[in-house]
Amino acid sequence: MITELGHFALILAFLIAIVQMVVPLIGAHKRWPGWMAVAEPAAQAQFLFTAFAFGALTWAFVTSDFSLKLVVDNSHSAKPMLYKISGTWGNHEGSMLLWVLIVALFGAVASVFGGGLPPSLKARVLAVQASIGVAFFAFILFTSNPFMRLAVPPFDGQDLNPLLQDPGLAFHPPFLYLGYVGLSMTFSFAIAALIEGRVDAAWGRWVRPWTLAAWVFLTIGIALGSWWAYYELGWGGFWFWDPVENASFMPWILAAALLHSAVVVEKRESLKSWTILLAILAFSFSLVGTFIVRSGLLTSVHAFANDPVRGVFILYILAIFTGGALTLFATRAQSMEAKGVFGVISRESGLVINNVLLAVSCFVVFFGTLWPIIAEMAFDRKLSVGPPFFNAAFTPFMVLLGLVMPVGAMLPWKRGKLGRTAWKLRYVFGLAVALGVAAWALQTGRSALGPVGLFLGSWMVFGAITDLWSHTGRSGLAGRLARMMRLPRADWGKATAHAGLGITFFAIAGLTAWEQEDIRVAYVGQPFDVGAYTLVLEDVGRNRGPNYYATVANVRVTKDGQPVAMMRPEKRDYPVTRMPTTEAAIDYRFLRDLYVVIGDQQNDGGWIMRTYIKPLANWIWGGCLLMALGGLLSLSDRRYRVAAGARKAKIAGVAAE
Amino acid sequence: MKHLKIVLTLLLVLGLSTPVFFGTTAQAVEPDEVLEDPALEARARELSKDLRCLVCRNESIDESNAELARDLRILLRERLVAGDSDAEAMDFIVDRFGEYVLLRPSANGSNWLLWAAGPMMLLLAVIMAGGYLRGRSNAPRRNESGLSEAEQARLKELLDE
Repeated sequence: MITELGHFALILAFLIAIVQMVVPLIGAHKRWPGWMAVAEPAAQAQFLFTAFAFGALTWAFVTSDFSLKLVVDNSHSAKPMLYKISGTWGNHEGSMLLWVLIVALFGAVASVFGGGLPPSLKARVLAVQASIGVAFFAFILFTSNPFMRLAVPPFDGQDLNPLLQDPGLAFHPPFLYLGYVGLSMTFSFAIAALIEGRVDAAWGRWVRPWTLAAWVFLTIGIALGSWWAYYELGWGGFWFWDPVENASFMPWILAAALLHSAVVVEKRESLKSWTILLAILAFSFSLVGTFIVRSGLLTSVHAFANDPVRGVFILYILAIFTGGALTLFATRAQSMEAKGVFGVISRESGLVINNVLLAVSCFVVFFGTLWPIIAEMAFDRKLSVGPPFFNAAFTPFMVLLGLVMPVGAMLPWKRGKLGRTAWKLRYVFGLAVALGVAAWALQTGRSALGPVGLFLGSWMVFGAITDLWSHTGRSGLAGRLARMMRLPRADWGKATAHAGLGITFFAIAGLTAWEQEDIRVAYVGQPFDVGAYTLVLEDVGRNRGPNYYATVANVRVTKDGQPVAMMRPEKRDYPVTRMPTTEAAIDYRFLRDLYVVIGDQQNDGGWIMRTYIKPLANWIWGGCLLMALGGLLSLSDRRYRVAAGARKAKIAGVAAE
Repeated sequence: MKHLKIVLTLLLVLGLSTPVFFGTTAQAVEPDEVLEDPALEARARELSKDLRCLVCRNESIDESNAELARDLRILLRERLVAGDSDAEAMDFIVDRFGEYVLLRPSANGSNWLLWAAGPMMLLLAVIMAGGYLRGRSNAPRRNESGLSEAEQARLKELLDE
């Protein structure tokens, strides 16, 4: 019964979205306040009905209602509760429902908190947002309905892919979708502004929080996915340049570019048409990502239920939204003239360089991801483009970005002197060089990657600190510290995020350069050395989990005779899906992770064991966390909270005349 | 050799029809594959990172658990032990399995476009950005209040009141 109500609610939400797409748009064009006002209640009702539909599906998963095909395919009565819930979105149909729920959620949030927006802009934003909803409601209802019943329900389900039964992956998709769909809001603002024919500083100020929020969610979502790969796949890889990873990475890069260029719109009323274009492209890349994941066009490790019909449907959605948006952009972009005047050496230029580097690096990822298809269709060559290509072609842009960032971030607005800003960074540069040289001297006969990473990372981190410090005036140390604490949160956010990026860069370089690996057949009771550590396989036993059987090894780790850790790597077998998984044992420490994996037993009684010493592993995700935190700090800056109220007063004044 | 090829083709067909991602319990490089000579082994590891596991969705033979990847790892090591240079060993494998096996695509033929795309785009972007920046720094100074002319007039009106 609840299932049918959920299905019905979904159809109702679809119809409401159609109304919300059409009526306010006409109202805004004809200046009919009543028609424009339809948008707000519609957005909220649309959200409530979609939430009910999603709740109904979750209920079916929680109660293991095996009369639903989706539940049978992706759940099992013995599955832990957390994964019954996350199973709701651990499949194609459910994840699309989550996607459209978030589209509706953002629309509803904009209708509630968008009080300061001019009525016509608000009506148009909500209408465009609804049109995205309409497309995906139709996609769900016509090609991927999650509420399909089975005539003869089986006794139990086929269980969720065991790799997905993991806390990291339970929350990875919702965050990623919050990011993807958050970009739909900036897209709606861009389209509404194009229809409106007006982009000004106020527009930049409205758009930036949405971009920031989307970027923060994407950062967390990507970091969670990468962390999951690190501990779950059994050898500690964290990024594979897989098409689906690239699909989430490209919107992230463009969102990062967008939130920088929106600053220029907000503060200097320049880069307007470019910012609009970025907003369109960022969301288009989210759609491209959806298309890549669902269509099976590119082979990827992220197996989703691939279906050509769905692929074609999403391709239409992509063509209509991107094509339509770009056409509108082409006809209207000229009307947006830049106002701010600035010198070639200025903060504005720094932000333009940021945008150039980010946009080009995104293009490299895009081109590399699609190249196998282009090569096959145009040149009849069947080839692969894998991690070695991306590492070689993408990294130089990130190195350039890291080199430029501290200087660009400290240049003054309008007009600056390169020498003066560089001079402020002289100690930071010296320190970074010293650290790099020290690392070079301490390591023996390895690649230059580690030292260069340390130089670049410390240049960025200490550069960010110097940036913050330089805003504190010239009084004594105590005065400057006190002043630093009172700096706007946007300044703190910028420094935190920039430092986070530096830490992630350093960690990736350090981990790649200084990792140690040991593969061997280990025998119970026979110690062996890996790096500075001594490991002993003490025993291997069998264990039983809720829906799996496990082989568990006990490994004692010591260093110079002192105990370090007792590690328990597992090998699990899920009988329902008949899939084995490896559960690595990881000893997390500040400077390094110790990573132990147990493999098959050999004929002579020994066990295959893999041991890795992974320096700085935590720093990769620590850096991502700092970036997300920086985004949140900027998001909570006073000017976004104050601006809304101030503008409300102004609009009331205009309306009264 | 011919026998191996038939087995590989069979595996390939099977592999593409059923997802073999993490399908077996074997894990990547196994102890019995490792070469005695650490220098040779290091070369083999580096090269295997550039070779695709043909039955996997997007993994190198260095990471893959599939049987076929293991066969390819052993084949590569055999070539290196036989005295092949890195390039010769890779050519040997590409001759048999096609360039699909290379994760780092060669730069020959139409592939120059792939490798040059980034730098060319950067050049283009720098030229465009340079033009824009020059334009902005030479642009005549105008009102920067962000108000349209109608709004300016209205503001003036309000101030005059």
